This record gives sequence, structure tokens and C-alpha cells, in this order.
Amino acid sequence: MIRFESVSFRYDATWILRHLNLEVAEGELVVVVGPTGSGKTTLLKMIDGLVPHFSGGEMLGDVVVDGRSIRDTPPTELASTVGYVGQDPAATFVTDRVEDEIAYAMENLGIEPSVMRRRVEDALDLMSLHELRDRQLATLSGGQRQRVAIAAVLAASPGILVLDEPTSALDPGAAEEVLASLTRLVHDVGLTVVLAEHRLERVLPFADRVVLLDGAGTVEVGEPGVVMASSSLAPPIIDLGRLAGWSPLPVTVRDARRRAGAVRAALDHAPVPTTLVGGTEVVAIADGLCASYGSTLALDGVDLEVRAGTITAVMGRNGSGKSTLLGCLAGINQPSCGVATVQGTTPTALSAKERIRRVGFVPQDASLLLYCQRVDQECATADEEHDLAPGTTSASVARLTGELDPARHPRDLSEGQRLALALGIVLAPAPRMVLLDEPTRGLDYEAKRALVAVLAELRDEGVAIVMATHDVELVAQVADHAVVLAQGEVIAQGPAREIVCHTPAFAPQVAKVLSPLPWLTVAEVAGALEGVR
Amino acid sequence: MTRERRPHAVAWWLWSAGLAIAALRTSNPLLLLLLAGVICVVTLALADRTGGPSPLGTFARVAAIIIVLRVVLQVIFGQRVPGHVLVSLPSLPMPSWAEGVSIGGPVTVEGLLSALSGGLRLAVVLLAFGAANSLASPREVLRSLPGVLHEIAVAVTVALCFAPEVLASVRRVRQARMLRGRPTTGIAGMRGIAVPVLEDALERSVQLAASMGARGFGRRPVVRSRARDRGAVALAIVGSLLVLAGGYGILAGSDVIPGAAWLAVLGVVAAAGGVLLSGRRAVRTRYRPAPFGWRSTVCALSGWATAALMAVAGILDPASVTWSPWPLSWPAVTPLALLAIVVGLVPIPVALRPSPRGSTRALVEVGA
Repeated sequence: MIRFESVSFRYDATWILRHLNLEVAEGELVVVVGPTGSGKTTLLKMIDGLVPHFSGGEMLGDVVVDGRSIRDTPPTELASTVGYVGQDPAATFVTDRVEDEIAYAMENLGIEPSVMRRRVEDALDLMSLHELRDRQLATLSGGQRQRVAIAAVLAASPGILVLDEPTSALDPGAAEEVLASLTRLVHDVGLTVVLAEHRLERVLPFADRVVLLDGAGTVEVGEPGVVMASSSLAPPIIDLGRLAGWSPLPVTVRDARRRAGAVRAALDHAPVPTTLVGGTEVVAIADGLCASYGSTLALDGVDLEVRAGTITAVMGRNGSGKSTLLGCLAGINQPSCGVATVQGTTPTALSAKERIRRVGFVPQDASLLLYCQRVDQECATADEEHDLAPGTTSASVARLTGELDPARHPRDLSEGQRLALALGIVLAPAPRMVLLDEPTRGLDYEAKRALVAVLAELRDEGVAIVMATHDVELVAQVADHAVVLAQGEVIAQGPAREIVCHTPAFAPQVAKVLSPLPWLTVAEVAGALEGVR
Repeated sequence: MTRERRPHAVAWWLWSAGLAIAALRTSNPLLLLLLAGVICVVTLALADRTGGPSPLGTFARVAAIIIVLRVVLQVIFGQRVPGHVLVSLPSLPMPSWAEGVSIGGPVTVEGLLSALSGGLRLAVVLLAFGAANSLASPREVLRSLPGVLHEIAVAVTVALCFAPEVLASVRRVRQARMLRGRPTTGIAGMRGIAVPVLEDALERSVQLAASMGARGFGRRPVVRSRARDRGAVALAIVGSLLVLAGGYGILAGSDVIPGAAWLAVLGVVAAAGGVLLSGRRAVRTRYRPAPFGWRSTVCALSGWATAALMAVAGILDPASVTWSPWPLSWPAVTPLALLAIVVGLVPIPVALRPSPRGSTRALVEVGA
């Protein structure tokens, strides 16, 4: 179906892909894995001809899709063969209504109206969108948008579906839903799916094969269990398998559970890990907090206490009010009733400069905080606007990520480096509380490990951290407290270990494998096994 | 095939255009108020409210502002017309080279009334446009443009979707600037917001272009004549422009554009020629095109009947549609002019209450 014939590609001096040979058969689900900047998106876009037709760059070799070379076939002509869903589905919407968006590609392809009608209904059903068919696209949540984008390309009945990080913006439940629909298509109608994703724990169980890009141009292709055995990018379940010495490595929770008997028995006698209890000083309080956008209530009477030296994770579905809660604590959203206080004062009443010294906030798109043309300018202006000694900000950034090339444009940094730069700027005035909105979106495992280390260090220095996240593995690794929101209300609150172990949707892989034992991470298990021996 | 559930979008726009033309043909404030009433009643009764609040409210506010502005301008800068002096403002003597302009001076009842009725006329035209927007979104009208104008229609649709996106982007950037304690107002603030918003917009348009390409936009049949395509498009565009010019000439009356009616006819012929010429090349199909059935026809005709009757009333008895405050008198309403306005209400019994297409809601209503 898809054949890469010795493909090399580069935008500038360095080759992103080098002599890539890959064949994808019909009805396969292939997951492309690799660190940021290793060419995953480039590889995906080649299948649709968007690279090189829309991107420029130098390409050697050829990609043959359904018997046609992308060198002579523009993306427009491939539209009936390949469906491509990009990282940000909202940016690709052409119309304004769900139904019209789904019909758009078919209209361009000149498909018979009666056929079109039927296929739109099919696509609506496949992605369970029939209740949203008349909605304006602008009013949909992130997960709904992702499903509309997939339905919109599916309706044109392509043989190949290409998805770039389809679940990165979704909560665990919505992600599972999207992946389940894809698997059904692969099994029922023989759809060929190629997708790239950082959150391997979500997609690996569905994969037939894995393509591992190492960022230096070499490629490894094979069964998930085999390829993952040697990969440094691996979900917790693989790490657990390595620790326990299982071979071949399991990729699904079900496989792992069946082999985990011995580990569970060994851990039964180990002391249950205890969560660190942070300081007693209360840094921020939310008391009966409500907030609304127009007629929709985003927060409905939220009570929360944030203590110094703790990490609180705020979890919940897309649109459950997580970002609004952070916004209220940061003083950029005005609560409609109730109060948020940070160190005894209302953040909305403070001047911008005072507020920044008390509470730092890194929004979902960290690059919004950056607006200079160079990294060093960015740090210098931050020093200036926060009245800090010159060099404070760049030192704060360097602590997080090592030296960044001062002449780089912030937009050219990798996701992880950009987050580190934004976080460094926010941390420079040494606020007592830091708020992070979805910090691991788009981060590879390497960058995530670095982030986890930084967060743990900040906690030990007594900073209170609140993060809104869908990433259950991140919660498992660093969070002390967890708050679960639904429809703007707190439905569960307590020690993170308790919350995630008791909520299947939020349970990390290790907890699922070892359930009912309360171990959350591979590191904890390794420590406990060490102790038993 | 699809049953006609409610009048076609184009029918609504034709109806509104008819009422706007009728408003332009009269200066009688009573008739104008009645027209405004008809527009509001029909819109409130029949507008599709699934897409959020109706835009009529916004247009009504702008219309009110226009009336007020017109009166205020008349008071301050207006021509000094004779009549009953209400109050005398201190006036600024103007040099001889600016004789046409006057500032201040006596304010007359007649002057105010004349400004009021002039403002009212503009307001009603605006209200008619607002009604068209609430009854059928401009996107639906664009969707029903003939295939030859499809590329232009898509460009306009994308632009229409773009505006709210830019607003959202401005909000995000503003918030981020607040987070760093940067100014969000003033020149420095504007510049700091404009640059990232523009960057965002550029990036977005590149992504959108890629997405449209990947979804088959601009796909062409294998065998076709490029020259013929271009000719068809050119003919359609020139035709539309001629119709526009001719229409303006007819509405503005007298001799603004000589031979306006002929120009309009020529335009219609050219546009039709363009559509016919391109007719066979259409690779595109349309998803659930709304049918233009008898309901649509009646609605469109009702609007234009209002315009025509108003014109006829004006020709038969100019005094029945025009009104001037010299001498001060109560505006008269003749039966024919009243009939013209009542005809505009015809859509109410003809058009059914809107229900979302193929909707679950209709089923629920029946079930309940």
C-alpha cells in the first residue's frame, strides 16, 4: 500500500531522514515513534505528498502510495486515497458546521450526492458524532474536534489514514474512544493506519508494527515488543517488563498482568510506598470558586488548598474546568463567585508585577509567553520587566535545560526546550506557586524525564506546584495530591496514589498491571523489589 | 430528493433585498417604521436559532447608533435650514473658502425631523441586511453560488471563519502578556499583540491551505480546456460587476449611471453565459443542496413585490411615499403603500418554523 524507497530528506544542512526503506501493507496499523525532531511528522506528511509539495526541502528516493509516486502526484490528487489529520485539527477546518466539514472532501472529489449522504451518516456513526451534526465547529471541545477531523477524512473513504498525534490533546477516556474506533476500522474495512504519537502507553497496545526513528536518520521497524526492547523511548509497561526480565516484552496491560504473578507475590511483602507529605504552609486557597463563560458554567463551587512543597495534579475530561481553575488562581480569570487567594491576597487585585512574584503560570501553549526574536533577548527582557539582576533569567533557564543557543529563535527550539525557556522565565522571580497547564503535551519521554526532575527539585525547594494534565503517567511520577474535576465540580480529592488507583480511567499502567497493589511507577517497584531481596 | 423544509437561503436574501429597496424608495417615516416592524416580526418568527444569538440584535443596535449619529451631526454641522428654531447654538464663523461648512447655529425642528427620517431610512436598510443574516447565514448563500464562482465563494467563507479565529488568538496573546506583566493597551501593547497574532494567522493559513489541498480542493477533471475555464470565470465576474453597477444606477435613480437598466440586463446575460459555459466542467458535487421550491419562490417574490408596489405607489402618487418636514405635517399613509408593506409579511404563513435539518429534535418534538 505504502512503500518508502530509500527516502532521504532535509530542509537545511542536516538530513532528517536517511535512506528510509519501509513497506506498509494494507490493513496494518503502524505507529511511528521517535524523539521530537526525529522526522515523524515529515514521514507522515510524505505519505500524503504534503512534504515536499507544501513544505519545500530536498528529497531523495521516492514514496509510492497505492501505485502512484508522490513525486508526480500532488496532495489534491491523493485526496481519495490518503486522509491526513494534522496535529491541530482546529487549524484545518474549512467550513463552520460539523456536517458540512465532513462532506467537504467528498464535494471536492465529486462524489454522487446520494452516496455522499450515506457516507456522512456512516462517518457520523463511526465517530459517534450524530448528536453534534448541527453544531458550530467553534463550539466543540478538543476531543470532539479531533473526532470531527477524523470523520471528515474518513468520509471520503480513503484506503490510508495518516494521523499526527491524534490523542495528545485528549483526556484518557476520549483517547481510548478514538483509538478504539480506529482499530475497528482497521479490522472491519481493512483501513491502513499510520500514526505518530508521543504517549506510547496509549497507542502501543493497538499497533501491529512500530517504526522507530532515532533522530540520527536510522530506522528500526518491527513488532512492538521486539523494537521496544532496545528503545530508550518506552512506556512504563515495557520498562516494567525489562525490570522483571519478561521476554518477549508485553505491550498490553492484559499480557503483562498474566505474567506479573511473581512480581505481585514479591511485592506483597514489601512495605507500601508512602507519599511524601509536603509543608504545612498554605500558599493558595480556592473557596467556593465559580466561573462562567457566557451562559456555560466552567467552575461550580470548587474548594482547594495548595500547600508549599507539594505537587497537585488537576485531572478531568476535556472541558471540565481545569484551565479555568488555573486561570483563577493565576489571576487572569475573574471568578464569578467565591474567592481565590494566593498568600493571603486576591491575585486579580494585584498589579501584574506583584502577581508575577507570587504566582507563575505556564499556559498550554508555552510559546505564547515568548515574543522576542532570540533566546538571549527573551531572557534579557524578562530580567528587565521583573526588575531582576541581569542574568537571573538565563541562569534560571540554564538550570532547567542546560545552555540554550542564545541566538536561536524561540520558535525554532524543540517543544521541550521551549517549555523549559518559558518555565525558566516564569521561575526567575522565584514565585511561591507555579501553575502548569498541560505541560507534557508534545514532549517526548526524554523531555518528560527532564521535566519530572525539575518539578521534584522545585517541590523540595518549597514551591507549590499545581498542574492540569491528562497525562496519568506524569501524575503517577510526581504528584502528591490529585483533584478530579467533572463539569466544574470537584468529584474526588486526596493523595494522588489513592485517587489514581481507585479511578480506572486515570490509573497509570504499572498500577493497572499490579492492581490491587498501590505501586504507581517502575522506579517504585524497582526500589521495593530491591528491598525484598 | 430532499423536501423543502424552509425557504432557501438565497430566497431570504432576495426577500431582504426587496425590503431594503422598498425602504430606499420612500422617505415617509411612518412607512419606514412599518417596514422596520415587518422586518423584525418576520425575523423573530422565522430565524433559525440553532447557531446562537441572532445577529439582528447587533444590527438593530448599529442602526440605532446611525440614527443618533445622523441627528447629532445635523445639530452640529448640518445645513442651516429654515423653520421653527428650537434652540440656537453658538456658531463658529467659517472663512469664505469653507462656506459650505457650518458649525453650530440655530437648530430647527424641521432640520431635526429631516435628519431623523434620513437616518431612519439608512437604519431600515441596515436592519434588512441584519434580517438576511439572521434568517440565513451568508455561508449558506455562498454554498449555493454557481460552480463557476466556487473559488471566490471558498475564499469568502474562509475569511468569514477567520475573523472569530483572530479574535480568539488576540484573547490568548493578551492573556499571555498579562502573565508576564506586559502592557496590553497603548501603542506598545498593540504592537506586542499584533506581531504574535499575525504570526499565528500566517501559520494557520499555511496549515489551512495544506488541509484544503489534502482534501481535494482545486481538483480538476483530467481533460479540460483551461482557456475556457478562465473565460467562464471572467465572464461571470464581469457580469456580476455589471449587475452591481446597473443595480446601483437603478436604485440611485436619475442619471448617476447612464443606461443603468441596460447595463444590468447585459450583466445578467454575461453572468448566465459564464455559468452555462462552465456548466459541464463541474467536478464538484454538493452535499444536501437545499431545494429552491415554491416556498422559496413565494418568499423571494414577496420581498420584491413590496419593492415593486412601493415603486408603483411612488409613480402614481409621489406624495404618498415621500415626505418632507416643510411645511410641518403628519405623514400620510395611502392604502397602496400600506399594501406594499403588508405583502412583506407573506413569508410568515408560507415558511415553516425552522427545524434543524435531518434533526433528532424534530423527532423528539413529534414523539413528545
